[in-house]
Amino acid sequence: MLKKRIIAIQLLLGERLVKTREFGGYRDVGDPVKSAAVYNSQHLDELILLNIDRDRRSADVFADWLKEISKVCFMPLSIGGGITGFDDAAFLIKNGADKVVVNSAAYRDKKLLGEIANRFGSQAVVVGIDVKRDPSDGRIRLYSDCGRSAEPVALADHIRSCVDAGAGEIFVQSIDNDGVMKGFDIPLIAETQAAAAVPVIGAGGSGTYEMLREAFVATDVSALACGSMFNFTDSQWMRAKAHLTNYGLPFKAV
Amino acid sequence: MIGILDIGMGNLGSVWNATYESGFDPEIVIDPDDLDQIDHLILPGVGHFATAMEKLCEMGMVSPLRSYVESGRPLLGLCVGMQVLATEGTEGARTPGLDIIAGTVDRLPVNPPFRVPHIGWNAVSAVRDHPVLERIKPERDFYFVHSYAFRPVDEANIVARTEYGAPFASIVGRANVLGCQFHPEKSQANGLRILENFCRWDGVC
Repeated sequence: MLKKRIIAIQLLLGERLVKTREFGGYRDVGDPVKSAAVYNSQHLDELILLNIDRDRRSADVFADWLKEISKVCFMPLSIGGGITGFDDAAFLIKNGADKVVVNSAAYRDKKLLGEIANRFGSQAVVVGIDVKRDPSDGRIRLYSDCGRSAEPVALADHIRSCVDAGAGEIFVQSIDNDGVMKGFDIPLIAETQAAAAVPVIGAGGSGTYEMLREAFVATDVSALACGSMFNFTDSQWMRAKAHLTNYGLPFKAV
Repeated sequence: MIGILDIGMGNLGSVWNATYESGFDPEIVIDPDDLDQIDHLILPGVGHFATAMEKLCEMGMVSPLRSYVESGRPLLGLCVGMQVLATEGTEGARTPGLDIIAGTVDRLPVNPPFRVPHIGWNAVSAVRDHPVLERIKPERDFYFVHSYAFRPVDEANIVARTEYGAPFASIVGRANVLGCQFHPEKSQANGLRILENFCRWDGVC
């Protein structure tokens, strides 16, 4: 039986990891290599490392980190932030990424998804989608460029065209819930699940194991990704698994 | 010497690191002549069956790999490196494989709620003992990420199965050759143990 996954999100800003709140307000949360080693020892299911430096949007910033992280991280590693061309993806995969997260470029260049999928397989292509709800009517709006630029496309349409173009996984993140630790945007994850034929990772809002349970049970999503919960509390994978197993949710046997 | 074949398409570094972490010092193999000094060969791969075969052909690796296997030395294929052991792949166009273990590689059926690609940790159920699975507890989970699966002609070449909608062959093996559909290099302690067991295996089972 395929298990549910709990993923940690690491946000790289310059030489340090940070945690954001609603995509701003950076707080330092440590060293990328050391945290990867800790997560590995705690049996975490997977790691997503994103470069959120708005001034350095280039795959090169990962070069040295990847080399060191892949020495201590024997779990799947997805890398994203500033991927604009096939060469970026090929460079990252060659240096230790298992998957690449394409976000802004997926709005402008669907062909890129196909190019990466044709060479490395669609399972290596994760499309990241950042979402804010319109304060007036609560409707879902998509944003690119680290949450700065509104994209005039409906969530379901964007997902379908990305999957058709070669995406093998969708990583949907609520900007409103980012770093707030008040729970996931469950309707957003459910809508993503319904539109995507491929596995979905939901993110934004993790604070407690109970919040993970609510989102897993309500949406049957494949994976949930957490930042603050791992950064600012004693929470860790083994305890999350122990709690969620009580509710019949399946996790890997270690 | 442990060798890891570099076909230029995937996570060679991860496989190298995981093998190193398991207590070995693997060499990267690019040239067919280098196979002479290798006593355990790992064939990693991420991506398309057809692209992987194209690369192996370009490198002049197809018949040296078959001779390597005939010599009785252990070979471990990982993911697409496992799939190319088959007679034929159907990803994209029909493409001949290395034909080391008779079988075909076909797309996983899409049966809701089972989404394809099959991504995540799933249990590997051994159908028979194998030296490379020594000290691995039953039903442990390993990391999978694939859309195609190996279907061996001879059921006796299935070493382990995994359930995803329907059972598929997650480990295939024949004599000194073994292939894992999952990624031991990304499967933490149990995955590293498989790599260690492989590197210590005499190729007999």
